Amino acid sequence: MAILKEIRFHGRGGQGVVTAANLLAMSYFNVGKYVQSFPIFGTERRGAPVASFVRVDDKPIRIRTQIYEPDVVVVLDSGVAEVVDVTKGLKKNGVIIMNTKKNPDEIKLGNRVATIDATNIAIKHRLGSTQAPIVNTAILGAYTKAVEQFGLEKLSLSSVVNTVRENVPAKPEENAAAVKEAYESTVF
Amino acid sequence: MVKKVIEGQQAIATGVKLCRPKVIASYPITPSTHVPEMLSKFVANGELEAGFINVESEHSAISACIGAQATGVRTFTATASQGLALMHEVLYIAAGMRLPIVMSVANRALSAPINIWCDNNDSMAERDTGWLQFYCENAQEAIDLIIQAYKIAENKEVLLPAMVIIDAYNLTHTMEVVDVPSQEDVDKFQPPYKPVYAYLDPDRPITQGSFGTPEYYMEFKYSQQRAMENAKKVIDDVFEEFEKIFGRKYEKVECYKTSDAEIILLCLGSMSGTAKEAVDRLREKGIKVGLAKITVFRPFPEEVVEVTKNARVLAILDRNISLGYTGVLRTEVASAFVNLSKRPLIANFIVGLGGRDVTLEDFYEIVERKIPEFKKTKRLVEWINVKGGA
Repeated sequence: MAILKEIRFHGRGGQGVVTAANLLAMSYFNVGKYVQSFPIFGTERRGAPVASFVRVDDKPIRIRTQIYEPDVVVVLDSGVAEVVDVTKGLKKNGVIIMNTKKNPDEIKLGNRVATIDATNIAIKHRLGSTQAPIVNTAILGAYTKAVEQFGLEKLSLSSVVNTVRENVPAKPEENAAAVKEAYESTVF
Repeated sequence: MVKKVIEGQQAIATGVKLCRPKVIASYPITPSTHVPEMLSKFVANGELEAGFINVESEHSAISACIGAQATGVRTFTATASQGLALMHEVLYIAAGMRLPIVMSVANRALSAPINIWCDNNDSMAERDTGWLQFYCENAQEAIDLIIQAYKIAENKEVLLPAMVIIDAYNLTHTMEVVDVPSQEDVDKFQPPYKPVYAYLDPDRPITQGSFGTPEYYMEFKYSQQRAMENAKKVIDDVFEEFEKIFGRKYEKVECYKTSDAEIILLCLGSMSGTAKEAVDRLREKGIKVGLAKITVFRPFPEEVVEVTKNARVLAILDRNISLGYTGVLRTEVASAFVNLSKRPLIANFIVGLGGRDVTLEDFYEIVERKIPEFKKTKRLVEWINVKGGA
């Protein structure tokens, strides 16, 4: 069980939380891992807090429950953290990656926190509208940097960039550029 | 074969495409909608040479499949829950006319209250319709069992329709790694459909869907029962042939660490994967526990007796309830032991109705607390993780 890693995504319906989880799973799959990715089922109402899950392992994944004790929590919308306990069940030494303009010290969620202004990056690369930017690819760049920094299940930036480029429904180059920019500008 | 990350519904649609049906008729319903959606795309973009019939209900979908299959072609439909219930009366007709239609069912709870999440009551209610039933643990089994279901259903000793059943969300909407068989291998395994009796041919006029008077009706039913009996051997043969080509082994009842087990858990569907994890973790604590997973539910796999009879306790987990009695698996499995003097104590636990998560803790609760209690109380059925206590 040592290798199994469990990741929980938080965000709002319509932000691409499920897609973020799927793209992360595919990125790990593309470097030879077994993966499982699934949403909190049936609650994807636009604007409502939603969650999605990813499991990563070196062997086929049998367990089918929701994730209660994640190794990593990824928050696409910092406002959700005000209404949902995003750290619930987070393992000791667990890592949090949050989309916010603030730095990790300001959000006071422990010392294994990475922040990224994914909203700004998404707007800059014209992903979604300025009112509703699609931050799900930028956040994956920050995820990649954070797991590298904190020594978790590593993922190469090129795997994420290629997976994003090949699987997003639109603007493949803009999304790939957002991943790269987020990777470079993640704050610890 | 090529490994891909796909969801359970995509596994079903891909498996169906590989089997080259000629007619697909389906009506969308959560959480089965992606299946017809993907198949209609395959048809539209020319990847699958088939007619796709847009129908106004599930009743019409299965009826259209019956009509199409009776002309002599392979067909497919997909549904869930209320959609399957709406098909109910027509399911008997597909089976009685001996049409080997294959259908995927996304196991979803029945209303009221309205609920789109997983339990088995929808497909369990169709137990007596004369359809073969295959239950999947994961998306790999979904694609593999679709391919095998066609071959079993179409065998001339069987000629019965088949349901391939996947859990709502836990399988339908979960992306995971699936080894997708190649078209070449599937073509080798699955030759083009050749109808045995039922097909339209002006040079060979036959009656289909005839009247069955008291002089003959019983013989029709007896022949269906014999076909179910024949299916037991055909299923074993097809599973064996599949393993030779694709390298994955299927069994009507899959045993996991049962040989020395004092407690055997018995269940079906996606919770079996979680059950295997629970078995491993409970064994680390020194508890001799194993799992028997039902893959084939119709015809009923009598092997279940042989592989579980030496346990002290057989704990049957039902993600369904026959209200007024127990879970359906329990009544079925317990009745298989009825004439044996040596048999395990049989406990029944109702879990996960309407999509409630079936967790590792639920398995620990059953094995470490509920079973010791049950040895004293012998309660017929117990509900797990119910607010207000059970």
